[in-house]
Amino acid sequence: MQTMINIISIVLFVVGIFFFVVGTVGLLRLPDAITRVHATTKADTLGLGLIVVGLVLMIGFNVTSLKLIFVLVFVWITNPTAAHVITKAKVNQEKRKEEKQ
Amino acid sequence: MMTNVLIGLTWILGVLSFFSLYRAIIGPTSTDRVIAINVLSTKVTTLIILVAIIYEQYSFIDVAIVYAMIGFTMTVGVSKYIENRKLY
Repeated sequence: MQTMINIISIVLFVVGIFFFVVGTVGLLRLPDAITRVHATTKADTLGLGLIVVGLVLMIGFNVTSLKLIFVLVFVWITNPTAAHVITKAKVNQEKRKEEKQ
Repeated sequence: MMTNVLIGLTWILGVLSFFSLYRAIIGPTSTDRVIAINVLSTKVTTLIILVAIIYEQYSFIDVAIVYAMIGFTMTVGVSKYIENRKLY
């Protein structure tokens, strides 16, 4: 039973680190700021979520895993909000530059 | 065995953090730098959680919570400054 849970955890870790790698490649390779925020936000949020779910499965359900789930929910709320705020700032900045010219 | 897997994850995440830092240094506009620091903050949160599990010091997870809060506050503050050119 413990071996089965460990295998599921390792699969979740590998998929999570894959999403982190994809987000970083998008951050390095894409041409524009808005495309970069489009690539990184979803991939990083999902990567952290999968790794934390794998850790919760690994250590069992106690107070520590409750704290881990709190981190997960917090990041799932704040990371898309941060992406929205960054994109809105970029669009408004470009609009203001066009008005000034 | 699981400890070795966690140490491998920590190594990969550390290398990826340096790549994000590269984008934060060379980023052409200030928005690129804010995006790179936001990504870096998510990665470091994951890194702190992994270190807490590896060393079995479970109070380090509180550090991860505080780090995520600081990263979010920094992102919103700098984005508002980029948008309005003032902070109030």
